[in-house]
Amino acid sequence: MKHLWLTAKLDIVESLRARWFLIYCVVFGGIVALLFAFGLTESRVLGFIGLSRLLVTYIQLTMAILPIFVLVTTVRSVAGDREAGVFEYLLSLPVGLAAWFWGKIVGRYVTIFLPVFVAMLGAVFWALVQGVEVPWDMFVYYTGLLAAMAWCFLGIGMLISTLARSTDVAQGSAFMVWLAMLLFLDLILLGVMIQGRVSPELAVTLALANPLQVFRTAALALFDPQLIVLGPSAYVILDLFGVAGFKLYALVYPVAVGTLAAAVGFFTFKKSDLP
Amino acid sequence: MIRFQGVTKLFKRQRVLDGIDLGIGLGERIALIGSNGAGKTTLIRCLLGEYTHGGEVAIDGRSPRRERTAVLGKIGFVPQLPPPLKMPVGQLVDFAASLCGTDPQRMHDIAARLGLDMQAILARPFNRLSGGMKQKLLIAVALGRDARVLVMDEPAANLDPEARHIFFQLLAERLEDTTMLISSHRLDEVAPLVNRVIEMDTGKIVLDDRVADDTGLASMYNVHLTLTRADAAIAKALVGWSFADRRDGVDWHGQVPGPDRLRFLGMISRYVGLVARIEMAEIPDDVPLQ
Repeated sequence: MKHLWLTAKLDIVESLRARWFLIYCVVFGGIVALLFAFGLTESRVLGFIGLSRLLVTYIQLTMAILPIFVLVTTVRSVAGDREAGVFEYLLSLPVGLAAWFWGKIVGRYVTIFLPVFVAMLGAVFWALVQGVEVPWDMFVYYTGLLAAMAWCFLGIGMLISTLARSTDVAQGSAFMVWLAMLLFLDLILLGVMIQGRVSPELAVTLALANPLQVFRTAALALFDPQLIVLGPSAYVILDLFGVAGFKLYALVYPVAVGTLAAAVGFFTFKKSDLP
Repeated sequence: MIRFQGVTKLFKRQRVLDGIDLGIGLGERIALIGSNGAGKTTLIRCLLGEYTHGGEVAIDGRSPRRERTAVLGKIGFVPQLPPPLKMPVGQLVDFAASLCGTDPQRMHDIAARLGLDMQAILARPFNRLSGGMKQKLLIAVALGRDARVLVMDEPAANLDPEARHIFFQLLAERLEDTTMLISSHRLDEVAPLVNRVIEMDTGKIVLDDRVADDTGLASMYNVHLTLTRADAAIAKALVGWSFADRRDGVDWHGQVPGPDRLRFLGMISRYVGLVARIEMAEIPDDVPLQ
């Protein structure tokens, strides 16, 4: 366990000094700052006002940016470290492979989740200072969603980094994975599938197997519990899970996907050439 | 102590190691030489448990792959190319010391002996150090613990003459209880450090020979050199070896570490047409170095 924490700490220090981390912080901190600057908390859309309006917008933007950001930075730095000889040297030290791999994941998780969370926390703090009402239940659930999303894509990123032997291949693969998820994101596309005589249950199952769609639907469900904007798909989802059940599924499923991907990545890493 | 038995390694059907059988005993100092692509680095990576391979590699009967922490705790490794780590020097030393279960001060002490001012560089990112400083630090990390096997890839390539001499002294202090495997493209770089030479070519061992050298690793030689005339190129090379000009660029005096004699003579051989006289004499142990 000591080696795991040492590796995690090392990865955090390396990330804090990396350029990607600076850009990452600027992007998410900048989004919140811009949303405040444009007076989003004072505007009213579909009955939403105050911090809940800002949080809804923030989570939508985060869902667009975070997955590709996490995938690309993870595969770039992990595969890049391997190519540059960092693995050759650090893995010549007496550190266990499990401690190394999972320690790296823990360290990286801290560095990708904290800026997103701190930006949101900053928004809450500013709202409290300004006397704007804070929707705590929404804040807690969104935090959970972001945590699950970060873990999910980190796990997938680590799996890609393990399978790809070069930075270019890893980066290209990460982009393809993200693109594939994006293609299956829109339920309109799934509507076309239904038109093509694919059963609605299969189409919705495909959508619900896509972590990106799960996040998007869960974020929608917070201000549209009956998922009216999804049309007929909502019946399948709500019949299958119920409102509370789907909220829980949106947290558990991505975590399971991330954990499974990371576990497959670990066993591949353990059985292959390390540097 | 170290045993390679039928070790093979393939990269995309290309055989990089071809049935290596090799035994290395305690206290042996091996020069692992060969051209690019001979299989030296692959063999080292198999020894460090970093590559999967056919056959068996064992150190004291234990597999470096399956019993990583126990086996690698006894191996100090100095890579040829320093890794581009962004972490501060202090953290790298603490990390390595903590994993190896040793006191970081031991690494600091060795780095100081090699001429590194550790206090001044503790907070500096490792990748911002000069090539020589990185090399000294990696040597300090490898030697500042109870390693029974030292695996070094061109370890002295970036060191200045003084640091090279101290490095040889540090190795000399561990001759009795340490096995060393030193990899290089060129035998003259490492020959004086070793007592056995193994040459590899296309994944096979093509030469396994002993080296006779009565000169100690820590020995020093006084060298007097007289040239037929002053010459800027050889003067620059001699200043690089910390030689002093005794008379108008014609008479030179300096000291050369015993293990560096061959390398020094190699350098001089480039200017052999200018050499009128050369005298080398080993400095007795009880005479303080100048």
